[in-house]
Amino acid sequence: MTETLITAKGLVKKFDDFVAVDGIDFEVQQGEAFGFLGPNGAGKTSTMRMIGAVSPITGGSLRVLGLDPTTEGPRLRSRLGVVPQENNLDEEITVYDNLMMYGRYFDIPRSILKDRITELLEFVQLADKTHARVSALSGGMKRRVTIARGLINEPDMFILDEPTTGLDPQARHVLWDRLYRLKQQGVTLIITTHYMDEAEQLCDRLVVMDGGRIVAEGSPRALIEQYTPRDVVELRFAVGVLETLTGQIEELSDRTETLADRALIYTDDAEKTIALVNERNLDPETVLARRSTLEDVFLRLTGRTLVD
Amino acid sequence: MATPLAFRVFEAEMRVYRRTWLGSVFSGFLSPILYLVAMGVGLGSLVDANIPEGLDGVSYLTFLAPGLLVASAMQAGAAEGSWKVMGGVRFFGTWKGRVATPVSISALALGHMYWSAARVLMVSVSFAIVITLFGVTSPLQSLGTLIPAMLVGTAMVAVTTAYTVRLKEFTGIPAYLRFVVIPMFLLSGVFFPITQLPGWTQPIAYATPVYHGVEMARSIAFGATPSIDWWVSVIYLTVWIVVGTALVIRPLRKLMTP
Repeated sequence: MTETLITAKGLVKKFDDFVAVDGIDFEVQQGEAFGFLGPNGAGKTSTMRMIGAVSPITGGSLRVLGLDPTTEGPRLRSRLGVVPQENNLDEEITVYDNLMMYGRYFDIPRSILKDRITELLEFVQLADKTHARVSALSGGMKRRVTIARGLINEPDMFILDEPTTGLDPQARHVLWDRLYRLKQQGVTLIITTHYMDEAEQLCDRLVVMDGGRIVAEGSPRALIEQYTPRDVVELRFAVGVLETLTGQIEELSDRTETLADRALIYTDDAEKTIALVNERNLDPETVLARRSTLEDVFLRLTGRTLVD
Repeated sequence: MATPLAFRVFEAEMRVYRRTWLGSVFSGFLSPILYLVAMGVGLGSLVDANIPEGLDGVSYLTFLAPGLLVASAMQAGAAEGSWKVMGGVRFFGTWKGRVATPVSISALALGHMYWSAARVLMVSVSFAIVITLFGVTSPLQSLGTLIPAMLVGTAMVAVTTAYTVRLKEFTGIPAYLRFVVIPMFLLSGVFFPITQLPGWTQPIAYATPVYHGVEMARSIAFGATPSIDWWVSVIYLTVWIVVGTALVIRPLRKLMTP
Protein backbone atom coordinates (compact mmCIF):
# COMPACT_ATOMS: atom_id res chain seq x y z
CA MET A 1 0.00 0.00 0.00
CA THR A 2 1.66 3.20 -1.13
CA GLU A 3 1.21 6.43 0.70
CA THR A 4 0.46 9.75 -0.99
CA LEU A 5 3.29 12.13 -0.04
CA ILE A 6 2.14 15.26 -1.85
CA THR A 7 -1.36 16.41 -2.66
CA ALA A 8 -1.79 19.71 -4.48
CA LYS A 9 -5.20 21.06 -5.44
CA GLY A 10 -5.65 24.27 -7.41
CA LEU A 11 -2.20 25.37 -6.24
CA VAL A 12 -1.45 29.00 -7.08
CA LYS A 13 1.64 31.18 -6.65
CA LYS A 14 1.59 34.87 -7.45
CA PHE A 15 4.31 37.47 -7.17
CA ASP A 16 2.41 40.76 -7.08
CA ASP A 17 0.56 40.66 -10.42
CA PHE A 18 2.64 37.92 -11.98
CA VAL A 19 1.08 34.45 -11.82
CA ALA A 20 3.94 31.94 -11.60
CA VAL A 21 1.80 28.89 -10.85
CA ASP A 22 -1.75 29.02 -12.12
CA GLY A 23 -3.89 26.45 -10.32
CA ILE A 24 -2.23 23.06 -10.66
CA ASP A 25 -3.31 19.67 -9.32
CA PHE A 26 -1.01 16.73 -8.79
CA GLU A 27 -0.22 13.89 -6.42
CA VAL A 28 3.06 12.16 -5.66
CA GLN A 29 3.19 8.63 -4.26
CA GLN A 30 5.82 7.18 -1.97
CA GLY A 31 8.81 5.66 -3.76
CA GLU A 32 8.05 7.44 -7.00
CA ALA A 33 10.43 9.50 -9.09
CA PHE A 34 8.22 12.38 -10.08
CA GLY A 35 9.22 15.08 -12.54
CA PHE A 36 8.23 18.59 -13.51
CA LEU A 37 9.25 19.12 -17.13
CA GLY A 38 9.04 22.53 -18.73
CA PRO A 39 11.00 25.47 -20.10
CA ASN A 40 12.41 28.28 -17.96
CA GLY A 41 9.61 30.31 -16.44
CA ALA A 42 7.07 27.47 -16.54
CA GLY A 43 6.56 27.62 -12.75
CA LYS A 44 8.60 24.53 -11.84
CA THR A 45 10.87 26.23 -9.32
CA SER A 46 8.01 28.13 -7.69
CA THR A 47 6.19 24.82 -7.25
CA MET A 48 9.28 23.18 -5.77
CA ARG A 49 9.78 26.05 -3.36
CA MET A 50 6.21 25.75 -2.13
CA ILE A 51 6.69 22.00 -1.62
CA GLY A 52 9.91 22.73 0.26
CA ALA A 53 8.10 25.17 2.59
CA VAL A 54 10.34 28.08 1.63
CA SER A 55 7.66 29.97 -0.28
CA PRO A 56 4.13 30.50 1.04
CA ILE A 57 1.31 29.37 -1.24
CA THR A 58 -0.97 32.08 -2.66
CA GLY A 59 -4.01 29.91 -3.29
CA GLY A 60 -5.37 26.37 -3.42
CA SER A 61 -4.19 23.68 -1.04
CA LEU A 62 -0.98 21.76 -0.53
CA ARG A 63 -0.14 18.89 1.83
CA VAL A 64 3.37 17.48 1.93
CA LEU A 65 4.19 14.39 4.04
CA GLY A 66 0.82 14.93 5.71
CA LEU A 67 1.87 18.40 6.86
CA ASP A 68 0.78 21.92 6.00
CA PRO A 69 3.82 23.80 4.63
CA THR A 70 2.38 27.14 5.75
CA THR A 71 1.94 26.33 9.42
CA GLU A 72 4.30 23.39 9.92
CA GLY A 73 7.28 24.63 7.90
CA PRO A 74 10.13 23.74 10.27
CA ARG A 75 8.71 20.26 10.94
CA LEU A 76 8.23 19.61 7.26
CA ARG A 77 11.67 20.91 6.32
CA SER A 78 13.26 18.63 8.90
CA ARG A 79 12.01 15.65 6.85
CA LEU A 80 12.90 16.94 3.39
CA GLY A 81 16.13 16.80 1.44
CA VAL A 82 16.62 19.75 -0.87
CA VAL A 83 18.96 20.40 -3.78
CA PRO A 84 18.20 23.96 -4.85
CA GLN A 85 18.96 25.36 -8.28
CA GLU A 86 21.87 27.32 -6.82
CA ASN A 87 24.19 25.21 -4.70
CA ASN A 88 24.46 27.80 -1.89
CA LEU A 89 27.51 26.04 -0.50
CA ASP A 90 29.96 27.98 1.61
CA GLU A 91 32.85 28.11 -0.82
CA GLU A 92 35.41 29.25 1.73
CA ILE A 93 35.27 26.17 3.92
CA THR A 94 35.79 22.47 3.31
CA VAL A 95 33.31 19.93 1.99
CA TYR A 96 33.29 18.29 5.42
CA ASP A 97 32.57 21.56 7.22
CA ASN A 98 29.76 22.36 4.81
CA LEU A 99 28.05 19.06 5.52
CA MET A 100 28.66 19.27 9.25
CA MET A 101 27.31 22.79 9.40
CA TYR A 102 24.21 21.85 7.45
CA GLY A 103 23.55 18.72 9.48
CA ARG A 104 23.70 20.76 12.67
CA TYR A 105 20.78 22.89 11.43
CA PHE A 106 18.75 19.70 11.85
CA ASP A 107 20.04 19.43 15.40
CA ILE A 108 21.71 16.09 14.61
CA PRO A 109 24.53 15.24 17.07
CA ARG A 110 28.06 15.67 15.74
CA SER A 111 29.06 12.06 16.36
CA ILE A 112 26.24 10.79 14.16
CA LEU A 113 26.99 13.37 11.47
CA LYS A 114 30.63 12.35 11.36
CA ASP A 115 29.77 8.82 10.25
CA ARG A 116 27.02 9.98 7.97
CA ILE A 117 29.29 12.44 6.17
CA THR A 118 31.79 9.67 5.48
CA GLU A 119 29.04 7.46 4.05
CA LEU A 120 27.47 10.19 1.95
CA LEU A 121 30.74 11.39 0.46
CA GLU A 122 31.50 7.82 -0.48
CA PHE A 123 28.07 7.57 -2.06
CA VAL A 124 28.62 10.67 -4.21
CA GLN A 125 32.16 9.47 -4.96
CA LEU A 126 33.90 12.39 -3.32
CA ALA A 127 35.54 10.69 -0.34
CA ASP A 128 38.94 11.96 -1.50
CA LYS A 129 37.64 15.56 -1.45
CA THR A 130 36.39 15.42 2.15
CA HIS A 131 38.82 18.07 3.35
CA ALA A 132 39.09 20.05 0.13
CA ARG A 133 37.79 23.57 0.08
CA VAL A 134 34.56 23.84 -1.93
CA SER A 135 35.92 26.68 -4.11
CA ALA A 136 38.50 24.24 -5.49
CA LEU A 137 35.86 21.79 -6.82
CA SER A 138 34.40 21.54 -10.33
CA GLY A 139 30.76 22.35 -11.03
CA GLY A 140 29.83 18.68 -11.14
CA MET A 141 31.58 17.98 -7.84
CA LYS A 142 29.86 20.90 -6.15
CA ARG A 143 26.54 19.53 -7.35
CA ARG A 144 27.37 16.15 -5.82
CA VAL A 145 28.33 17.85 -2.54
CA THR A 146 24.95 19.56 -2.59
CA ILE A 147 23.30 16.18 -3.13
CA ALA A 148 25.21 14.70 -0.19
CA ARG A 149 24.20 17.73 1.88
CA GLY A 150 20.55 17.24 0.96
CA LEU A 151 20.69 13.64 2.23
CA ILE A 152 22.32 14.50 5.56
CA ASN A 153 19.03 14.29 7.50
CA GLU A 154 17.97 10.99 5.88
CA PRO A 155 14.96 12.68 4.28
CA ASP A 156 11.61 11.05 3.56
CA MET A 157 11.55 12.84 0.23
CA PHE A 158 14.34 14.28 -1.89
CA ILE A 159 13.58 17.31 -4.05
CA LEU A 160 15.99 18.46 -6.74
CA ASP A 161 15.60 21.65 -8.75
CA GLU A 162 17.33 21.24 -12.11
CA PRO A 163 20.00 18.91 -10.77
CA THR A 164 22.18 18.88 -13.89
CA THR A 165 21.68 22.29 -15.50
CA GLY A 166 25.00 23.76 -16.56
CA LEU A 167 26.97 20.53 -16.18
CA ASP A 168 28.97 18.84 -18.90
CA PRO A 169 27.64 15.53 -20.29
CA GLN A 170 30.02 13.36 -18.29
CA ALA A 171 29.16 15.07 -15.00
CA ARG A 172 25.47 14.70 -15.82
CA HIS A 173 25.81 10.96 -16.31
CA VAL A 174 27.63 10.54 -12.98
CA LEU A 175 24.82 12.43 -11.31
CA TRP A 176 22.06 10.47 -13.02
CA ASP A 177 23.72 7.26 -11.94
CA ARG A 178 23.71 8.40 -8.28
CA LEU A 179 20.09 9.53 -8.45
CA TYR A 180 19.12 6.27 -10.09
CA ARG A 181 20.69 4.41 -7.17
CA LEU A 182 18.71 6.49 -4.70
CA LYS A 183 15.57 5.62 -6.61
CA GLN A 184 16.49 1.93 -6.43
CA GLN A 185 16.80 2.32 -2.67
CA GLY A 186 13.19 3.49 -2.59
CA VAL A 187 13.82 7.20 -1.99
CA THR A 188 10.99 9.37 -3.31
CA LEU A 189 12.46 11.82 -5.80
CA ILE A 190 10.93 15.05 -7.06
CA ILE A 191 12.86 16.53 -9.94
CA THR A 192 12.45 19.59 -12.12
CA THR A 193 14.21 19.70 -15.41
CA HIS A 194 14.12 21.28 -18.81
CA TYR A 195 16.04 18.37 -20.30
CA MET A 196 13.84 15.73 -21.81
CA ASP A 197 16.57 13.09 -21.64
CA GLU A 198 16.85 13.69 -17.91
CA ALA A 199 13.12 13.27 -17.43
CA GLU A 200 13.12 10.10 -19.53
CA GLN A 201 16.07 8.65 -17.63
CA LEU A 202 14.90 9.36 -14.12
CA CYS A 203 11.16 9.89 -13.87
CA ASP A 204 8.50 7.22 -13.39
CA ARG A 205 5.85 9.84 -13.90
CA LEU A 206 5.90 13.49 -14.80
CA VAL A 207 3.84 16.54 -15.48
CA VAL A 208 4.62 18.85 -18.37
CA MET A 209 4.35 22.50 -17.30
CA ASP A 210 4.03 25.58 -19.42
CA GLY A 211 3.08 29.11 -18.38
CA GLY A 212 2.25 28.07 -14.82
CA ARG A 213 -0.12 25.29 -15.90
CA ILE A 214 0.12 21.55 -16.20
CA VAL A 215 -0.45 20.67 -19.85
CA ALA A 216 0.00 16.88 -19.65
CA GLU A 217 0.67 14.15 -17.13
CA GLY A 218 1.83 10.54 -17.31
CA SER A 219 4.86 8.28 -17.58
CA PRO A 220 7.44 9.37 -20.18
CA ARG A 221 6.48 6.39 -22.38
CA ALA A 222 2.75 6.99 -22.07
CA LEU A 223 3.14 10.67 -22.88
CA ILE A 224 5.15 9.89 -25.98
CA GLU A 225 2.62 7.28 -27.08
CA GLN A 226 -0.30 9.56 -26.44
CA TYR A 227 0.97 12.74 -28.00
CA THR A 228 3.26 11.81 -30.83
CA PRO A 229 3.77 9.13 -33.51
CA ARG A 230 6.56 6.64 -32.97
CA ASP A 231 9.15 8.13 -35.31
CA VAL A 232 10.44 11.52 -36.35
CA VAL A 233 12.29 12.40 -39.52
CA GLU A 234 14.35 15.56 -39.22
CA LEU A 235 15.23 17.36 -42.42
CA ARG A 236 17.82 20.13 -42.64
CA PHE A 237 18.09 22.37 -45.67
CA ALA A 238 20.52 24.96 -46.95
CA VAL A 239 19.89 28.47 -45.62
CA GLY A 240 16.74 30.01 -47.10
CA VAL A 241 15.49 26.84 -48.76
CA LEU A 242 13.23 25.66 -45.94
CA GLU A 243 10.85 28.63 -46.25
CA THR A 244 10.17 27.86 -49.92
CA LEU A 245 9.22 24.26 -49.16
CA THR A 246 6.66 24.74 -46.39
CA GLY A 247 3.75 23.56 -48.50
CA GLN A 248 5.48 20.45 -49.75
CA ILE A 249 6.71 19.50 -46.30
CA GLU A 250 3.23 19.74 -44.84
CA GLU A 251 2.08 17.23 -47.45
CA LEU A 252 4.52 14.61 -46.14
CA SER A 253 2.52 13.72 -43.04
CA ASP A 254 -0.53 14.63 -40.92
CA ARG A 255 1.82 16.29 -38.45
CA THR A 256 4.84 18.34 -39.30
CA GLU A 257 6.68 21.11 -37.49
CA THR A 258 8.80 23.71 -39.21
CA LEU A 259 11.44 25.13 -36.86
CA ALA A 260 13.96 27.86 -37.58
CA ASP A 261 16.64 25.49 -38.80
CA ARG A 262 14.89 22.24 -39.67
CA ALA A 263 11.61 20.49 -40.38
CA LEU A 264 10.24 17.65 -38.23
CA ILE A 265 8.02 15.06 -39.89
CA TYR A 266 6.10 12.87 -37.42
CA THR A 267 5.36 9.41 -38.77
CA ASP A 268 4.72 5.81 -37.78
CA ASP A 269 7.16 4.62 -40.41
CA ALA A 270 10.34 6.62 -40.88
CA GLU A 271 11.53 4.60 -43.88
CA LYS A 272 8.39 5.30 -45.85
CA THR A 273 8.64 9.01 -45.08
CA ILE A 274 12.27 9.15 -46.17
CA ALA A 275 11.33 7.36 -49.38
CA LEU A 276 8.65 9.98 -49.94
CA VAL A 277 11.15 12.80 -49.38
CA ASN A 278 13.44 11.31 -52.02
CA GLU A 279 10.60 10.65 -54.42
CA ARG A 280 9.56 14.32 -54.33
CA ASN A 281 13.13 15.54 -54.78
CA LEU A 282 13.06 17.82 -51.74
CA ASP A 283 16.83 17.40 -51.58
CA PRO A 284 17.55 18.14 -47.89
CA GLU A 285 21.17 18.55 -46.76
CA THR A 286 20.77 16.00 -44.00
CA VAL A 287 18.12 13.46 -43.06
CA LEU A 288 17.86 12.03 -39.56
CA ALA A 289 15.36 9.40 -38.45
CA ARG A 290 14.87 8.96 -34.69
CA ARG A 291 12.38 7.85 -32.07
CA SER A 292 9.99 10.44 -30.63
CA THR A 293 11.01 11.93 -27.26
CA LEU A 294 9.46 14.12 -24.61
CA GLU A 295 10.83 17.08 -26.55
CA ASP A 296 8.40 16.19 -29.30
CA VAL A 297 5.61 15.86 -26.77
CA PHE A 298 6.40 19.32 -25.48
CA LEU A 299 6.52 20.74 -28.99
CA ARG A 300 3.18 19.16 -29.72
CA LEU A 301 1.59 20.53 -26.56
CA THR A 302 2.94 24.06 -26.65
CA GLY A 303 4.18 24.68 -30.18
CA ARG A 304 7.60 25.58 -28.76
CA THR A 305 10.88 23.81 -28.05
CA LEU A 306 12.05 23.18 -24.49
CA VAL A 307 15.55 24.60 -24.68
CA ASP A 308 16.13 27.51 -27.01
CA MET B 1 12.37 25.84 18.45
CA ALA B 2 13.88 29.18 17.47
CA THR B 3 16.37 29.39 20.29
CA PRO B 4 18.33 26.12 19.96
CA LEU B 5 18.51 26.47 16.19
CA ALA B 6 19.73 30.05 16.54
CA PHE B 7 22.70 28.53 18.35
CA ARG B 8 23.22 26.19 15.40
CA VAL B 9 23.47 29.26 13.19
CA PHE B 10 25.95 30.71 15.67
CA GLU B 11 27.91 27.46 15.51
CA ALA B 12 27.97 27.61 11.71
CA GLU B 13 29.35 31.14 11.74
CA MET B 14 32.03 30.00 14.17
CA ARG B 15 32.94 27.18 11.80
CA VAL B 16 33.40 29.67 8.97
CA TYR B 17 35.32 32.09 11.21
CA ARG B 18 37.78 29.39 12.25
CA ARG B 19 39.36 29.70 8.83
CA THR B 20 40.26 33.38 9.19
CA TRP B 21 40.58 33.84 12.94
CA LEU B 22 44.31 34.43 13.00
CA GLY B 23 44.25 37.43 10.68
CA SER B 24 41.22 38.78 12.44
CA VAL B 25 42.81 38.54 15.89
CA PHE B 26 45.99 40.15 14.57
CA SER B 27 44.16 43.17 13.17
CA GLY B 28 42.08 43.27 16.34
CA PHE B 29 45.27 44.19 18.20
CA LEU B 30 47.02 46.15 15.49
CA SER B 31 44.36 48.75 14.84
CA PRO B 32 43.97 49.93 18.48
CA ILE B 33 47.74 50.11 18.83
CA LEU B 34 47.99 52.27 15.70
CA TYR B 35 45.17 54.55 16.76
CA LEU B 36 46.43 55.00 20.30
CA VAL B 37 50.00 55.68 19.19
CA ALA B 38 49.04 58.13 16.43
CA MET B 39 46.14 59.95 18.03
CA GLY B 40 46.59 59.31 21.72
CA VAL B 41 50.35 59.68 22.07
CA GLY B 42 51.27 61.68 18.95
CA LEU B 43 48.42 64.13 18.63
CA GLY B 44 47.81 63.85 22.36
CA SER B 45 51.13 65.44 23.29
CA LEU B 46 50.09 68.58 21.38
CA VAL B 47 46.66 68.61 23.01
CA ASP B 48 48.11 68.10 26.48
CA ALA B 49 50.62 70.93 25.91
CA ASN B 50 47.76 73.30 25.13
CA ILE B 51 45.39 72.18 27.88
CA PRO B 52 47.48 71.70 31.02
CA GLU B 53 44.40 70.86 33.15
CA GLY B 54 43.51 68.06 30.68
CA LEU B 55 40.21 67.09 29.06
CA ASP B 56 37.82 65.94 31.77
CA GLY B 57 40.86 66.30 34.01
CA VAL B 58 42.91 63.56 32.30
CA SER B 59 45.54 63.29 29.56
CA TYR B 60 44.34 63.13 25.97
CA LEU B 61 45.37 59.48 25.70
CA THR B 62 43.22 58.61 28.71
CA PHE B 63 40.37 60.72 27.38
CA LEU B 64 40.53 59.15 23.94
CA ALA B 65 41.06 55.46 24.72
CA PRO B 66 37.67 54.47 26.22
CA GLY B 67 35.79 56.38 23.52
CA LEU B 68 37.83 54.78 20.80
CA LEU B 69 37.08 51.35 22.24
CA VAL B 70 33.36 52.05 21.98
CA ALA B 71 33.78 53.49 18.47
CA SER B 72 35.62 50.39 17.27
CA ALA B 73 32.85 48.20 18.69
CA MET B 74 30.43 50.38 16.72
CA GLN B 75 32.43 49.85 13.53
CA ALA B 76 32.68 46.11 14.12
CA GLY B 77 28.89 46.03 14.53
CA ALA B 78 28.39 47.98 11.32
CA ALA B 79 30.66 45.56 9.42
CA GLU B 80 28.82 42.48 10.72
CA GLY B 81 25.46 43.99 9.85
CA SER B 82 26.39 45.17 6.37
CA TRP B 83 28.85 43.26 4.16
CA LYS B 84 28.43 40.08 6.14
CA VAL B 85 24.65 40.11 5.76
CA MET B 86 24.79 41.16 2.11
CA GLY B 87 27.08 38.21 1.44
CA GLY B 88 24.71 35.78 3.12
CA VAL B 89 21.48 37.00 1.56
CA ARG B 90 22.64 38.02 -1.92
CA PHE B 91 26.24 37.42 -3.01
CA PHE B 92 26.65 33.81 -1.91
CA GLY B 93 23.12 32.85 -0.94
CA THR B 94 24.36 30.85 2.04
CA TRP B 95 21.46 32.08 4.15
CA LYS B 96 19.06 30.66 1.56
CA GLY B 97 20.57 27.25 2.18
CA ARG B 98 19.80 27.67 5.87
CA VAL B 99 16.12 28.44 5.47
CA ALA B 100 15.62 25.19 3.55
CA THR B 101 16.33 23.44 6.87
CA PRO B 102 14.28 23.57 10.09
CA VAL B 103 16.00 26.91 10.84
CA SER B 104 13.24 29.53 10.90
CA ILE B 105 13.59 33.17 9.90
CA SER B 106 13.68 34.28 13.52
CA ALA B 107 16.29 31.63 14.39
CA LEU B 108 18.32 32.85 11.44
CA ALA B 109 18.09 36.47 12.57
CA LEU B 110 18.80 35.65 16.22
CA GLY B 111 21.74 33.40 15.36
CA HIS B 112 23.20 36.21 13.29
CA MET B 113 22.71 38.62 16.21
CA TYR B 114 24.39 36.25 18.68
CA TRP B 115 27.36 35.68 16.45
CA SER B 116 27.77 39.35 15.56
CA ALA B 117 27.64 40.24 19.25
CA ALA B 118 30.40 37.68 19.80
CA ARG B 119 32.47 39.35 17.07
CA VAL B 120 31.92 42.76 18.70
CA LEU B 121 33.07 41.22 21.98
CA MET B 122 36.24 39.84 20.38
CA VAL B 123 37.14 43.22 18.89
CA SER B 124 36.36 44.99 22.17
CA VAL B 125 38.34 42.56 24.30
CA SER B 126 41.48 42.98 22.21
CA PHE B 127 41.02 46.74 22.38
CA ALA B 128 40.59 46.60 26.15
CA ILE B 129 43.76 44.53 26.48
CA VAL B 130 45.69 47.12 24.47
CA ILE B 131 44.34 49.97 26.59
CA THR B 132 45.36 48.16 29.73
CA LEU B 133 48.86 47.56 28.35
CA PHE B 134 49.12 51.28 27.52
CA GLY B 135 48.51 51.87 31.21
CA VAL B 136 45.41 53.95 30.55
CA THR B 137 43.09 51.93 32.77
CA SER B 138 43.27 49.16 35.32
CA PRO B 139 42.29 45.66 34.14
CA LEU B 140 39.03 45.92 36.09
CA GLN B 141 38.11 49.26 34.54
CA SER B 142 38.92 47.88 31.09
CA LEU B 143 36.60 44.99 31.76
CA GLY B 144 33.92 47.50 32.72
CA THR B 145 34.22 49.39 29.44
CA LEU B 146 33.23 46.21 27.62
CA ILE B 147 29.64 46.79 28.77
CA PRO B 148 29.02 50.04 26.84
CA ALA B 149 31.07 48.65 23.94
CA MET B 150 28.81 45.59 23.72
CA LEU B 151 25.64 47.66 23.96
CA VAL B 152 26.74 50.05 21.20
CA GLY B 153 28.18 47.33 18.95
CA THR B 154 25.08 45.14 19.21
CA ALA B 155 22.79 48.11 18.61
CA MET B 156 24.77 48.83 15.44
CA VAL B 157 24.51 45.20 14.30
CA ALA B 158 20.74 45.31 14.73
CA VAL B 159 20.04 48.58 12.92
CA THR B 160 22.63 47.96 10.21
CA THR B 161 21.17 44.51 9.52
CA ALA B 162 17.66 45.98 9.40
CA TYR B 163 18.99 48.44 6.80
CA THR B 164 20.93 45.85 4.76
CA VAL B 165 18.02 43.42 4.38
CA ARG B 166 15.99 46.27 2.87
CA LEU B 167 18.59 47.02 0.21
CA LYS B 168 17.94 46.03 -3.37
CA GLU B 169 21.55 46.62 -4.35
CA PHE B 170 24.82 46.45 -2.48
CA THR B 171 25.71 50.06 -3.39
CA GLY B 172 23.67 51.12 -0.37
CA ILE B 173 26.38 49.71 1.86
CA PRO B 174 29.37 51.89 0.91
CA ALA B 175 26.99 54.87 1.03
CA TYR B 176 25.91 53.91 4.54
CA LEU B 177 29.45 53.40 5.75
CA ARG B 178 30.55 56.73 4.26
CA PHE B 179 27.62 58.92 5.22
CA VAL B 180 26.47 57.36 8.49
CA VAL B 181 29.21 55.33 10.12
CA ILE B 182 32.23 57.55 9.47
CA PRO B 183 30.48 60.80 10.51
CA MET B 184 29.26 59.02 13.63
CA PHE B 185 32.81 57.84 14.32
CA LEU B 186 34.24 61.34 13.94
CA LEU B 187 31.51 63.47 15.49
CA SER B 188 30.09 61.54 18.46
CA GLY B 189 32.47 62.86 21.07
CA VAL B 190 35.16 60.21 20.63
CA PHE B 191 37.97 62.58 19.63
CA PHE B 192 36.76 65.78 21.29
CA PRO B 193 33.85 66.79 23.55
CA ILE B 194 30.69 67.41 21.53
CA THR B 195 30.39 70.83 23.17
CA GLN B 196 33.00 71.85 20.58
CA LEU B 197 30.45 71.23 17.81
CA PRO B 198 28.08 73.95 16.53
CA GLY B 199 25.07 74.11 18.86
CA TRP B 200 22.50 72.84 16.37
CA THR B 201 24.43 69.64 15.65
CA GLN B 202 24.75 68.66 19.30
CA PRO B 203 21.29 67.03 19.55
CA ILE B 204 22.27 64.80 16.62
CA ALA B 205 25.36 63.63 18.46
CA TYR B 206 23.21 63.03 21.56
CA ALA B 207 20.92 60.78 19.55
CA THR B 208 23.69 58.49 18.27
CA PRO B 209 24.27 55.25 20.15
CA VAL B 210 28.01 55.90 20.10
CA TYR B 211 27.74 59.06 22.17
CA HIS B 212 25.88 57.22 24.94
CA GLY B 213 28.46 54.46 24.93
CA VAL B 214 31.38 56.91 24.98
CA GLU B 215 29.97 58.78 27.97
CA MET B 216 29.44 55.52 29.86
CA ALA B 217 32.89 54.22 28.98
CA ARG B 218 34.60 57.41 30.20
CA SER B 219 32.83 57.35 33.50
CA ILE B 220 33.82 53.72 33.97
CA ALA B 221 37.43 54.23 32.82
CA PHE B 222 38.40 57.35 34.73
CA GLY B 223 35.37 58.49 36.66
CA ALA B 224 34.26 61.29 34.32
CA THR B 225 30.82 62.65 35.10
CA PRO B 226 28.54 61.58 32.22
CA SER B 227 26.18 64.14 30.73
CA ILE B 228 23.46 61.47 30.74
CA ASP B 229 22.61 59.10 33.59
CA TRP B 230 24.07 55.68 32.89
CA TRP B 231 20.71 53.93 33.27
CA VAL B 232 19.13 56.20 30.68
CA SER B 233 21.88 55.25 28.24
CA VAL B 234 21.47 51.54 29.01
CA ILE B 235 17.74 51.71 28.33
CA TYR B 236 18.28 53.83 25.22
CA LEU B 237 20.80 51.40 23.73
CA THR B 238 18.67 48.39 24.66
CA VAL B 239 15.76 49.93 22.78
CA TRP B 240 18.01 50.26 19.72
CA ILE B 241 18.92 46.58 19.98
CA VAL B 242 15.38 45.32 20.44
CA VAL B 243 13.72 47.56 17.86
CA GLY B 244 16.54 47.02 15.35
CA THR B 245 16.30 43.23 15.66
CA ALA B 246 12.52 43.34 15.35
CA LEU B 247 12.86 45.38 12.16
CA VAL B 248 15.05 42.67 10.62
CA ILE B 249 12.43 39.90 10.64
CA ARG B 250 9.84 41.07 8.10
CA PRO B 251 12.10 42.09 5.22
CA LEU B 252 14.31 39.09 5.88
CA ARG B 253 11.30 36.79 5.57
CA LYS B 254 10.30 38.45 2.31
CA LEU B 255 13.83 38.12 0.99
CA MET B 256 14.44 34.51 2.06
CA THR B 257 10.99 33.01 1.47
CA PRO B 258 9.33 35.05 -1.28
